[in-house]
Amino acid sequence: MSAETIIDVRNVSKWYGAFQVLTDINLKVRKGERIVICGPSGSGKSTLIRCFNRLEAHQEGEIVVNGINLHAKMRNVSDVRRNVGMVFQHFNLFPHMTVLMNCMVGPMWISGVPEAEARARALKYLERVRIPEQANKFPVQLSGGQQQRVAIARSLCMQPAVMLFDEPTSALDPEMVSEVLETMTALAKDGMTMVCVTHEMGFARAVADRVIFMNGGQIVEEATPDEFFTSPKHERTQVFLSQILKH
Amino acid sequence: MLYPDTVESVVLVHQPRFVATMFAAALVVFTVFNLTGTTMGELMRPVIGEPLQSGFYGRFAIALVIAALFCLNIVLIGFASLKIQIAIVWIELLLVFLAFFQTFHLSLPFIEQKLPFLIAQGLVTTVYVSAISIAIASLIAILGAVAKLSTNGFAYAIASFYTSFFRGLPLLMQVYLIYLGLPQLGIIIDAVPAGILALSLCYGAYMTEIFRSGIQSIDRGQWEASRSIGFGFGLTMRKIILPQALPVIIPPTGNQFISMLKDSSLVSVIGVWELMFLARTLGQKTFQHMEMLISAAMLYWIMSICLELIQSRIERHYARSKVR
Ligand SMILES: Nc1ncnc2c1ncn2[C@@H]1O[C@H](COP(=O)(O)OP(=O)(O)O)[C@@H](O)[C@H]1O
Ligand SMILES: [Mg+2]
Repeated sequence: MSAETIIDVRNVSKWYGAFQVLTDINLKVRKGERIVICGPSGSGKSTLIRCFNRLEAHQEGEIVVNGINLHAKMRNVSDVRRNVGMVFQHFNLFPHMTVLMNCMVGPMWISGVPEAEARARALKYLERVRIPEQANKFPVQLSGGQQQRVAIARSLCMQPAVMLFDEPTSALDPEMVSEVLETMTALAKDGMTMVCVTHEMGFARAVADRVIFMNGGQIVEEATPDEFFTSPKHERTQVFLSQILKH
Repeated sequence: MLYPDTVESVVLVHQPRFVATMFAAALVVFTVFNLTGTTMGELMRPVIGEPLQSGFYGRFAIALVIAALFCLNIVLIGFASLKIQIAIVWIELLLVFLAFFQTFHLSLPFIEQKLPFLIAQGLVTTVYVSAISIAIASLIAILGAVAKLSTNGFAYAIASFYTSFFRGLPLLMQVYLIYLGLPQLGIIIDAVPAGILALSLCYGAYMTEIFRSGIQSIDRGQWEASRSIGFGFGLTMRKIILPQALPVIIPPTGNQFISMLKDSSLVSVIGVWELMFLARTLGQKTFQHMEMLISAAMLYWIMSICLELIQSRIERHYARSKVR
């Protein structure tokens, strides 16, 4: 338990108007850890991980990422975001740029990496997600699974300290889910710190160090995958699991 | 695209009922307009005798011939391929216009004599005034759009006041207000800069709205992806949002450019020697107004066509990332 903490969430609460989305969340993500967050739709999973790079603001509590405290008046939010990769449900690739450019612009414009090096780095990570041959196409010319892998490569090019995944496979056709999961599994094997919101229980079992179950804006249960799937403690978790595993 | 169905629809101009209706309509119209005194009457002399004395019979016979030619023309065009159809119809409409101008009995030597000056002075001034105004208006539009979308109260208030004011007053009035009003404040301004200022401010206001809706049309996910990489507001706007908004912005902006080209004629009221001003003054001495007005009209049209061509090229360029 000596590994450094990358994301430290302490007593965080968040409201949308009068509606409380997050209630007293506590969570530590250590270097090299893989965490899977699951829970019913609307339970606040996306909102929580979007707070980690301050795409959303929290109102109470503290979030410290890479030693930087996130708050409304911070001037170095870019220093946090360049170190936190994020993969979205709907990919959000830049449609007006080629796949290669999608991967190059971050390092070039944020980290000041020279163009040649950015290109080499982009190709390296496109290789890693196994689509180097698509480098000069535009995103619309790719399948959903390929687009999501490009999105992963785009984030990796920033060489982030942690990667956040928000349901990366739920917008994909079934046959493309596995190619993205394989990419994510390979990433985990390489020691990447990851926080994944996903309902892919096979992935959670194989990869996660901890599974977190959220319901109604609270962390209801936190356990190792083994405990979580074989002997969930809370009734709400049991119901959720039975619904998900029924099929 | 209207995305045509794979099943061909019936060719309208090959339907007997449609052709018959067109024929009847043409017959009525050309019978009502007495064409016996025209070239058409002369051509029909072998059939109807002295055209001017042929009476209703002559009128009817001429209308009959024209209506028949008209319908035959339509039916034949219906058989051609799309591109040829477009070309033929364009050429025919142009010929109709030429025939119309023919009736003015324009003096071609006079046009030939004045055209060089009309172009060297008038056209150049018009192009120069509109080009500068368009550039400034685009700049204003980007600033205005960002201000109108921002959460900064000052910026929003100034931008919305600006667009409301300059969209609310007639352009002609703005030209006068700037040219005659600014000297009251001790700012003496020449006619050309005053015209450019008025055009820029007015079109900047319209284009602010175009740019705003273009920026708003971009999915929120693009902002989030850009931010999550670490891009700040400036980079996100310049490199991610605006380039994607451009395909949405360009067609209405092209419209504005063409419209501005012609509205630049309004600055003639403060004595700028642009195309419209010269068109009105050059023909005055010899009462050859029509010659100059029609020449200027053609020049405006040609410039607009150039802008249309440029616009369609740019649109094709941006269609690149959309094709599968
Ligand atoms: N911008 C917003 N304004 C108001 N309510 C929101 C907003 N975004 C999300 N919510 C609400 O917050 C709750 C949690 O949303 P979300 O984090 O997306 O859930 P999950 O990702 O677990 O499905 C939902 O009830 C949703 O309706
Ligand atoms: Mg979600």
